Amino acid sequence: MLIRHRPDLTDNDVTDRGLYLRRREFIAGAAGLGLAGLGGVASAAPLAFTKGFSTTEKPTPKNDITSYNNFYEFGVDKGDPAQNAGKLKTRPWTVRVDGACEAPRTFDIDELIKNKLEERIYRLRCVEGWSMVIPWVGFPLKDLIAAVKPTSKARFVAFETLMRPSEMTGQRWDVLQWPYREGLRIDEAVHPLTLIAVGLYGETLPNQNGAPLRLVVPWKYGFKSIKSITRISLVERQPPTAWNLSAPREYGFYSNVNPAVDHPRWSQATERRIGEFRRRDTLAFNGYGEWVADLYRGMDLKRNF
Amino acid sequence: MTNEVEHPRSSPVKRGRWRAADTQRDGGGEGQSAARAAAPSTASRSPSPARGGGARRKRPSKTRDNLVYAAVWLACAAPLVWLAFRAFTGDLGANPIETLIRQLGVWGMRLLLVGLAITPAAVILRKPRLLRFRRTIGLFAFAYVSLHLLSYIGVDLYFDFGQLWKDILKRPFITLGMAAFVLLVPLAVTSTNGWVIRMGRAAWSRLHWLIYVIVPLGVAHYYLLVKADHRPPLVYAGILAVLLGWRVWRKVAK
Repeated sequence: MLIRHRPDLTDNDVTDRGLYLRRREFIAGAAGLGLAGLGGVASAAPLAFTKGFSTTEKPTPKNDITSYNNFYEFGVDKGDPAQNAGKLKTRPWTVRVDGACEAPRTFDIDELIKNKLEERIYRLRCVEGWSMVIPWVGFPLKDLIAAVKPTSKARFVAFETLMRPSEMTGQRWDVLQWPYREGLRIDEAVHPLTLIAVGLYGETLPNQNGAPLRLVVPWKYGFKSIKSITRISLVERQPPTAWNLSAPREYGFYSNVNPAVDHPRWSQATERRIGEFRRRDTLAFNGYGEWVADLYRGMDLKRNF
Repeated sequence: MTNEVEHPRSSPVKRGRWRAADTQRDGGGEGQSAARAAAPSTASRSPSPARGGGARRKRPSKTRDNLVYAAVWLACAAPLVWLAFRAFTGDLGANPIETLIRQLGVWGMRLLLVGLAITPAAVILRKPRLLRFRRTIGLFAFAYVSLHLLSYIGVDLYFDFGQLWKDILKRPFITLGMAAFVLLVPLAVTSTNGWVIRMGRAAWSRLHWLIYVIVPLGVAHYYLLVKADHRPPLVYAGILAVLLGWRVWRKVAK
């Protein structure tokens, strides 16, 4: 599918160009103050990318994106990942892509980062009723899938997060069934909006945001966008997914953003955009219906929630 | 706000908290269980010579008593002050409204449990004078819970009463939380000595027995809110179980 939508953002809309160019001074300044050792700053590396399909909305400040995370592998509080994810070693890192395909392969993250990357500013809607606007850097998942030549049996895609309790300390407790797993239908996976992100705000992903690579499916609730991926399998049957295993009544396989289908704990009719005071209305498919609603034609989305 | 009566005693005209002037000697004698000493009865008010040397405890000075009371009051108010300070300095994180609501709720819950812990503590430590703090702590708990609810309705929902009503009907954790609050209101209203007298002690006690319904509702409210890691609400549930279990055990043991 061709997305006919010109990004109407200029470079300056993300971060002021002048400030952006002076980012190293800031890092140097932080180093001068002895702060460089504090996690993300030291390891973030700038990425080369072009501008891609993006929303015109104002991106959420980076500090909020990197300090308010649901990443249970590092703890259940939203501040935990920023505190604990520094331990995760993201090199060496490989992603196995296998299953129903002719050319299964293991990709090295450094090889993937050399792909043609683009920036996509997407809305992210969490099932808990808050949202952000995030300038991701990455490449379409369909490129990765095409590279392994899927067969006709590839009807779903299953994803798996790294399992390493020595660094992912949250995995020492079975708050979910580890490793974290997610899944998409193949047509969702090869949709041009579906992104593998390797960075945000122009730099490599901070660990708490799912380094070194994560999925981003902007029209689904955030938990579908699995982090720190080590394996992607093309499969014939709908794969099990972590939150669905944990509470099947609350988290369906599809989990498309849908203001008409409430979660037992949260109304999904509205959301709070991080940084804003008043709640705003939640849009069907998180506002991406124009491009993705066709995928679900004829389906009862109240039942397939 | 527990069912043990807030000692209207024989001098109901005294207003305010039980201070040194209207509290009895500390602890009761060794020969007498502290539980009995804690129970409001005229018998325990008059120093009993039969108890021998044990009754020679000093009455604490009024100054010391005021200081202790001030310390309790400040301890109860401290989380609120700290929260307000963080709110004004923008230190409540990426989602300050959520943090505010959560923290107010958690502190309300903690103070309710502290309130329930006072009677067992007074009995076990033989410090019946601890009981004078129950009302203060209970009212502080009510204040936190009220602010918790107010910030949910006023700040989170921005007074969208239609949404509030839907939440109450559709979301079990909100249904339970709201029920707990509604039950807590009459307890807060009748917390004064005047109300104890107006109602009579027996009726007042019966009413305040509701706290044994309210706090479990509060814990259930917290439990149902949590997505996956149920350890924190289970800790509160465990503490509640011990506090209620102690009361049952004491009843049965009698």
